[in-house]
Amino acid sequence: MNTFTRAPEVSSHGTVELKIPGRAEWVAVARLAVAAVASRLRFSVDEIEDIKLAIAEACTNSIQSAGGEDAGVIEIICDAREDELRVRVRDHSPTAHLEPVKTSGIADDGTEGLGVFLIRALMDTVDYTSDPRSGTELVMTKRVTA
Amino acid sequence: MDIKVNVRESEGDAYVVDLTGEIDVYTSPKVKDAITELIDQEHYNLVINLEKVRYIDSTGLGVLIGGLKRVREHGGSVNLVCTNPQIKKIFDITGLVKIFGIFDDEQSAMKALV
Repeated sequence: MNTFTRAPEVSSHGTVELKIPGRAEWVAVARLAVAAVASRLRFSVDEIEDIKLAIAEACTNSIQSAGGEDAGVIEIICDAREDELRVRVRDHSPTAHLEPVKTSGIADDGTEGLGVFLIRALMDTVDYTSDPRSGTELVMTKRVTA
Repeated sequence: MDIKVNVRESEGDAYVVDLTGEIDVYTSPKVKDAITELIDQEHYNLVINLEKVRYIDSTGLGVLIGGLKRVREHGGSVNLVCTNPQIKKIFDITGLVKIFGIFDDEQSAMKALV
């Protein structure tokens, strides 16, 4: 059963930017902050959970691409619009690290690519760019369906 | 954000791992350590209770899959107890429902081990 959050009484348009240290202990801060932004739109509780997990997976991907060590600064930019939330997650890794992407879940042969698979399954659109000089940017959107 | 891990012996040679909290890239090593320790002690029939887990990500799933692979090498099994719809959904979309036995209560998960 979907439970819907209270419709905002004022405009939910806006941009929120967050920078976190690229370490595992900070990922929870990112997902909670983005959930707070998502709650300004008319997403269901389930949809907000989807967004939380997708953003956490994006941050985790950045950290894991740095070998589980400090990934530097991870930037999370949330653009809240009337009908969708767009979230950009940027790191400064010189190496592309979002492929290969599994498309049909996993078998019992491994978990590689599982995080990116989840992002694609939970968000409506997912794109990324990667440049050795500027790093990797993952852009995800989730549309409001209510 | 934290995870609490409680390990207890159950019927036969089975062990139950009770998890409480959130399993993510920061907390999953603690879960992995508990499961690894049990397997190293040659306990290969495990029930992992996720009833009080509010959140799990791919690193948490990876820990569970890793544990399952290891116990299967010894003819063992890992069953899960999970009632949280959001977490069940994650197991569903990743296809892990086909790999793990997922039950609504500990008794059923334990019974299915044998």
